[in-house]
Amino acid sequence: MAEGKRDIVDILKAIDRRIIFLLIALAVILPLVFHLVFSVHSSPIVEAIFDKIESLPPGSKVILSFDYGPSTVPENQPMAEAVARHVLHKDLKLYMMAVWATGPPQTEVLIANVIETDFPEKVYGEDWINLGYKAGNQGLINAILLDLKGMYTTDIHGTSIDEFEMMKDVDNLTDMSLILCIGSGFPGMREWVQFAGDPGDIPVAGGVTAVEAPLLYPYYPRQLLGLMGGLQGAAEYEAALVTKYPQYKASSEQAIQLMGPQTVAHLVIIAFVVVGNIAFFAERRRDRRRKA
Amino acid sequence: MAHTIELWIAALLTFMIFSFLYKDNPFYKFAEHLFVGVSAAYWMVIGIWSTLMPNLVARLWPSSVSGFINMPEDAQPEYHFIIPAIFGILMLTRLIDRISWLSRWAMAFVIGFAAGTNFTRYLQSDFVGQIYNSMLPIIVKADGGIAVGAAISSIVLMVGVICALIYFFFSKEHTGAFGAASRLGIWFLMVTFGAAFGYTVMARISLLTGRVQFLGEWLTSIF
Repeated sequence: MAEGKRDIVDILKAIDRRIIFLLIALAVILPLVFHLVFSVHSSPIVEAIFDKIESLPPGSKVILSFDYGPSTVPENQPMAEAVARHVLHKDLKLYMMAVWATGPPQTEVLIANVIETDFPEKVYGEDWINLGYKAGNQGLINAILLDLKGMYTTDIHGTSIDEFEMMKDVDNLTDMSLILCIGSGFPGMREWVQFAGDPGDIPVAGGVTAVEAPLLYPYYPRQLLGLMGGLQGAAEYEAALVTKYPQYKASSEQAIQLMGPQTVAHLVIIAFVVVGNIAFFAERRRDRRRKA
Repeated sequence: MAHTIELWIAALLTFMIFSFLYKDNPFYKFAEHLFVGVSAAYWMVIGIWSTLMPNLVARLWPSSVSGFINMPEDAQPEYHFIIPAIFGILMLTRLIDRISWLSRWAMAFVIGFAAGTNFTRYLQSDFVGQIYNSMLPIIVKADGGIAVGAAISSIVLMVGVICALIYFFFSKEHTGAFGAASRLGIWFLMVTFGAAFGYTVMARISLLTGRVQFLGEWLTSIF
């Protein structure tokens, strides 16, 4: 091939990165516009959480920690809402708290979307409680493992903790049947395993952002009961929930709906990876021929 | 009305940040600086009202903050909290060169506490716990037979752990069978990195989807 004439390899190498951005944007926007939804089936690691909540007798205590902020809401909020809906449906006691300062606003969103919408009959202080945020990171988890009321003297609204029915037989985390952490970093799921699950022999499960998920798989299944990894994990839990309880189909399919754009965007990225590799090998072959 | 204004501000800031994908520009810079400033202010306020006030001021002088923060009405002063108050003040001496060495005492306390607290937990959960997690039966029995899938999974885990450990063992030259195991270890590491990359892509696309969904809500509010 004559020098100066551009072949397919040169064209592929010179693709403007903005074209890639545009195609990714289209891959996300078009499935959202056309409501493209794929079927989702839950995997054993997600089913383990669902089955655990299913198996708990009514009145069992479940703590749900909001260890994330607004930046990861698309991944974490569907997880939190799906498990909270399941916990309340099974008549379990829901204790909500946050190790992250950005957690309480997400708790408020959950209260509006789940409790006030689907469970208006549930009574605050008897069926669910919001303990709010406390500073201390893993030190807080370490402290409430031994003395929860010592750290949480009031709920988020300033009412003395002793005034609530569901707090009367709670001294520390070992009174909980299950710890659920919805997290996106430090402190989060790993700290709940290290400072509560392992030393207190309390089942720990929950969901994390996809970036963090690979770091937590080594804890499964002996130290971590189950794990929702990213949006896919949230969608799998929603699938398990709506399969068993179809009445939540309208309210608990946030992640399932977002998996449409996710899948299309992944296909586009895979196509780019394939094209990039073809260009790489084609260039190598061309260079070899030129040298020969 | 207030919600509409919030939606417009959030939508415009989203577009300002996205404009960086085309090229760096003053709109992106404005949004970036605004984010840094608001974040710094937010965390300062959180630090004062979630840490300093309830954990120090309310303990030493409860009556002074009883109307501002959540605390029991009958709270009594706990004078031993003067010790962390002194350590906190010592930390601030870093700002004065002449006596900045005093801050090392506070730092020593923080580092000592963190090391002591974390050491035992990491040792139990991440070291001993992970070794225990890696010891799985190679022959897995289920329903009177052998669970082939679980058995293969256990073998892959065992081979992966051993080969990856061999790759990081530098006291013996990586030749012969040892070298082959080391190379296999690299393959396992590459698969791990690939899986982590895949998950990272999923996370970023999820965030993009969330933003696009928000912009859709904003557009819906207009039309």
